Amino acid sequence: MHEMLRIRLFEERVLDEFSKGRLFGTTHTCIGQEADAVGVIGALRRSDIVFSNHRGHGHYLAHGGSMHALAAELMGRSTGVSGGLGGSQHLHFPGFYSNGVQGGIVPCAVGMALAEKRKNSGAIVAVFLGDGTFGEGVIYESFNIASLWKLPVLFVVENNGYAQTTPLSANFRGDFSLRFKGFDIEVDEFDTTDVVAIREAAKSIVTSVREMGGPRAMLLHTYRFSPHSKGDDIRDPAEIEHHRQFDPIVLMHARLADEEYDDALNAARNEICQAFEQAETDAWPDPAALLDAREELLKG
Amino acid sequence: MSTVLQALNEAMHEAMARDERVLFLGEDILDPYGGAFKVAKGLSTSFPDRVLTTPISEAAIIGVAAGLALRGMRPVVEIMFGDFLALAFDQFLNHACKYRWMYHDQVRVPMVVRTPMGGRRGYGPTHSQCTEKYFLGIPGLRVVAANALCDPKGLLLKAIFSDDEPTLFVEHKLLYLSRLGQVQQAGKLEITQPNSSFLYPTVSARVVGAPTVDVTIATYGYMADLVLEAIWRLAMEQEIFAEVIIPTCLSPLDAGPILNSFRRTGRLLTVEEGSISLGWGSEVLSRIAEEVPRGRHLVARRLGAWDLPIPSSRPLENAVLPSVQDIFDATMRLVAQ
Repeated sequence: MHEMLRIRLFEERVLDEFSKGRLFGTTHTCIGQEADAVGVIGALRRSDIVFSNHRGHGHYLAHGGSMHALAAELMGRSTGVSGGLGGSQHLHFPGFYSNGVQGGIVPCAVGMALAEKRKNSGAIVAVFLGDGTFGEGVIYESFNIASLWKLPVLFVVENNGYAQTTPLSANFRGDFSLRFKGFDIEVDEFDTTDVVAIREAAKSIVTSVREMGGPRAMLLHTYRFSPHSKGDDIRDPAEIEHHRQFDPIVLMHARLADEEYDDALNAARNEICQAFEQAETDAWPDPAALLDAREELLKG
Repeated sequence: MSTVLQALNEAMHEAMARDERVLFLGEDILDPYGGAFKVAKGLSTSFPDRVLTTPISEAAIIGVAAGLALRGMRPVVEIMFGDFLALAFDQFLNHACKYRWMYHDQVRVPMVVRTPMGGRRGYGPTHSQCTEKYFLGIPGLRVVAANALCDPKGLLLKAIFSDDEPTLFVEHKLLYLSRLGQVQQAGKLEITQPNSSFLYPTVSARVVGAPTVDVTIATYGYMADLVLEAIWRLAMEQEIFAEVIIPTCLSPLDAGPILNSFRRTGRLLTVEEGSISLGWGSEVLSRIAEEVPRGRHLVARRLGAWDLPIPSSRPLENAVLPSVQDIFDATMRLVAQ
């Protein structure tokens, strides 16, 4: 539960740092969607694999990624989780991978599931897709292969209703569930932002993927309060306000004693302050290291 | 005398026997069919659980291979025609070739994508291209081309086991039938392998007993067979002697052996089957041009296919693709320049 607060406050800090011009490139925050990351990844083992997308900070933190290393990555420091080479969308630590190209991660995740199956490692792969990603053809090739070869992969769809600024109604026709069922992949649909409900359901789905060895899908209808990236929100403020009643943090708060909530809030604030303060004083990466990398890549 | 096809098939058998981590994926690769060009023959019979015939899904197959490689396997993929690599370009450019770099050197992606390339079989515009051209210069990708002089079996085994980078392994369709050792046995040409720090070898060839060399010809893959035929004719009919430099790694390019030869001859011809503009030869020529010493001239020419889609009808296809006669003529022009 406290994990959701860490993610929420981290993402708010990220937007704040961006507005001050202290981060590089772009970022895609998951404010409002925290229950998906925490609910699903909380049902995984640390030895399982998570493959995430452009909106991946929540997945990263939920799977145990270092907050300082993520803050440092966004600030372009040498201590960043990808040494400042990857940035927000390209994060890796053992068992966690992300790439910001829509859909292309899905066959990679399926290949990882094949590798783990062959090694009998018992690990499964959870790959996160957004609603917008359903426009990419390669995901359907991947669903087919995962089902055909009975691979231990969990497809997690976070449908937040918007592909960047384009509403679902303008880029999607048909039914998410049927797209999985058409490949004989069992799919469970959730119209909730309650992390407890998602976690409980995810536990049995993950167990089934692990024990039966075949793919499953979770379809999570959610909403993001933050813009797609930074200044690109054209949604009606009334619509965003309407969804605030389903804010996963609000739902969670109602379950906790005030004292426990305040403790979690303070702990998260402290951790985030430390992460960003440390990152800000960390060294910049040395461009001279690029010369070595270039030489390495140029060896034929 | 065995063929390049047999050598590549043997390499695949040896690789799968040697290491359980080698998985082989591709379309129609199971016996009794054994793949469109038969490099896969016998593999699914010998290694039934590690040879995976796939749906017609080039992007997913290559993505799956990248995922396998990231998790400790050494996958080999066969793409039925090099033209179909276009369907998987994102998987090369934004995935397989990026992971090692963008994850700060923490991962490796040791995968080999083998594919037949090239024309001269009348397959027409979408089944005859040398698409390796579009994969040159991608940081993190190796593009390797087999030829008949350079132990194709050892080359493929090297790509599978000694190279941790994603590798595109180019096999020209007509090269499959080339006979190994034929050139060496005929005794007309002297074949040597210049020293190089690069993983993949370069070979050089010249007419035995050539008094001097007049021109350097840089080429790769199946075109080397045609170039060797042309330089023999040039020597016999015109007393023009060429030194042929044949790299196996097209990108990144080891320009050293080409440059060394050029320093002796002062003339350079590049020969490739792909369309001429902005191709491999253009890069070779640029690399040499940058090294020409003050006061020396660079006399050079590129030969490749016309900048057109490959026609199907034989007389049209023959016109578009570079022939032995074209190499002969281009060399004559270069030497006369």
